Amino acid sequence: MSRPADGAPVLEFRGVHTHYGPVHILKDVDISIREGQIVCLLGGNASGKTTTLKTVLGMVVPTAGDVLVGGESVNGWRTADIVKLGVSMVPENRRLFKRMTVKENLEIGAYLRSGDMSADYDRVLEMFPRLKERLGQRAGTLSGGEQQMAAVGRALMADPKVLLMDEPSMGLAPVLVAQNFELIQQINEAGTTVFVVEQNANMALSIADYGYVLQTGRVVLADTAANLLANPEMRRAYLGESG
Amino acid sequence: MTASAAGAGRYKRRPGWVDAFLWIVRIGALVVLVWGVAGTVVQGIAGEGPTGEAWRDLVVAGIAQGAMYGLIALGYSMVYGVLGFINFAHGEVFMAGGMVGFFVANYLWDIRFWETDFVLSVLLVLVTSILTSALVAVIVERVAYRPLRGSPRLIPLITSIGISFFLQYTFAGLFGVAVKNYPPPPDYMRNRIGILGLQIEVTKLVVIVVGAAAMIGLYLFVEKTRTGRSIRAVAEDKEMAALMGIDVDRTIVATFAVGGAMAGIAGTLWALLFRGVSFITGFLPGIKAFTAAVLGGVGNLTGAMAGGVLLGLFEGVGPQLVLAGFGIPGVSQLKDVVAFTALVLVLIFKPTGLFGERLSAEDRA
Repeated sequence: MSRPADGAPVLEFRGVHTHYGPVHILKDVDISIREGQIVCLLGGNASGKTTTLKTVLGMVVPTAGDVLVGGESVNGWRTADIVKLGVSMVPENRRLFKRMTVKENLEIGAYLRSGDMSADYDRVLEMFPRLKERLGQRAGTLSGGEQQMAAVGRALMADPKVLLMDEPSMGLAPVLVAQNFELIQQINEAGTTVFVVEQNANMALSIADYGYVLQTGRVVLADTAANLLANPEMRRAYLGESG
Repeated sequence: MTASAAGAGRYKRRPGWVDAFLWIVRIGALVVLVWGVAGTVVQGIAGEGPTGEAWRDLVVAGIAQGAMYGLIALGYSMVYGVLGFINFAHGEVFMAGGMVGFFVANYLWDIRFWETDFVLSVLLVLVTSILTSALVAVIVERVAYRPLRGSPRLIPLITSIGISFFLQYTFAGLFGVAVKNYPPPPDYMRNRIGILGLQIEVTKLVVIVVGAAAMIGLYLFVEKTRTGRSIRAVAEDKEMAALMGIDVDRTIVATFAVGGAMAGIAGTLWALLFRGVSFITGFLPGIKAFTAAVLGGVGNLTGAMAGGVLLGLFEGVGPQLVLAGFGIPGVSQLKDVVAFTALVLVLIFKPTGLFGERLSAEDRA
């Protein structure tokens, strides 16, 4: 909320439609994420949140409209090439490479980069001191919270321009959820733009600059986080208030 | 409580007689094994059967052959790891290396280079064989398997059987069906040298050393290099690998190339051991190596190597050790029976292989 929305747009949806076979998923979606912002995408199950992220990464190709990363249309690009533009993702359920060590997981996050990345490596370990003790351990043996740290660390190793997070609080203990959102804020303050997809609207809006609400594939609300928190319709439908 | 009890009853795994039958098979197998070994031991004490020297030879020959199986098995396991199907054309990839290597060997023999510098000649044959097998593997992936990416696993599996026949008869058509014999190695390859108290024929020693070096090389490649790491990532979770910026297609090509190269090395080792190659040379070693991969746990590279050596040992020693005890004549003819029986037994006792299988995220879900 602190940052004004005047940075250059790093990620944009312009009138995006997507289909899974005959099923129309995203309907004329417009989203704009500017440099330095935290933007959240809210919505219930099957509202198209995950499809939106998959569309950014080229795993779902828009049937109409444009997805722009850093001002460049990435329609029909391969995932690896989109990732090269500086898009990094912390997927739902973390999806670490469980048979690799924590260290290897972090290193593979920097797969596309060449040269010295010890600075980022140190930064990640500073952010997650717990991982330091686990470096040689297989990622599959970590606890849920540690896996979340490793997954975020892996994504940060790519030094992304925009970090996508799919349901970061899913499957975490309530204490960890709050920590997790603090962490997102911390990452953002260090200069990374964050696009977070969440069901936990209260938490997400409390740290976001701007929010979008998806309903059956359509953006029904788009406003600053402060306005959304104050919006009566929003309060009734998503923030668990019956009044 | 009642609901869960009823649920447990309804989802009973399999009828009791199946378990009973499996136990009878297990016990029967153990009885046969113990009986046979005991019979052989009794014969040994009575002064019949092979000498100690002959036993040691069987072990060495088994390991040498097993090293070759292990190298081929790696190709099955790696492809299974990244794509989740058994590439039955892999035996033919091995044959292609041995076959094209033969022509180089023959040319070197004609210009009399084979005799003057045997070591360099074999190295040239080895390089040719590696390049041929890797190339064939990569072409097969590009032409036959890539268009089928995303279709049900059965489709590429059946395709691989088709490709296997296609390659066999392409080579038969191009080079004829007769067995082609590599030129004879120099005499010193037949000499025996003493290592660790064993008298080992030079040829077998070379095969074992080259096989071990190739396996260590592959292990280091997969564990330590960037490409190796991307292969492991793709094997574990393709979508996540792509999200890391890994080019999945290129990684799959690399997997086929490396698996093919290992088969190419095996092709030259085969030539050193047996000299004769023909268009069907790939079939039986291919099936054996597939067995070795399953024995070790499919998708598991350490398992494939160990499975290969174990299978070679079973084959080499098993007939003498178990079958001879029953007084069966000509047991060395029965090595294939022993090899496949070993497979069946491992699958009954430990269905995921001796070292555990490695499945990708899509298959585990």
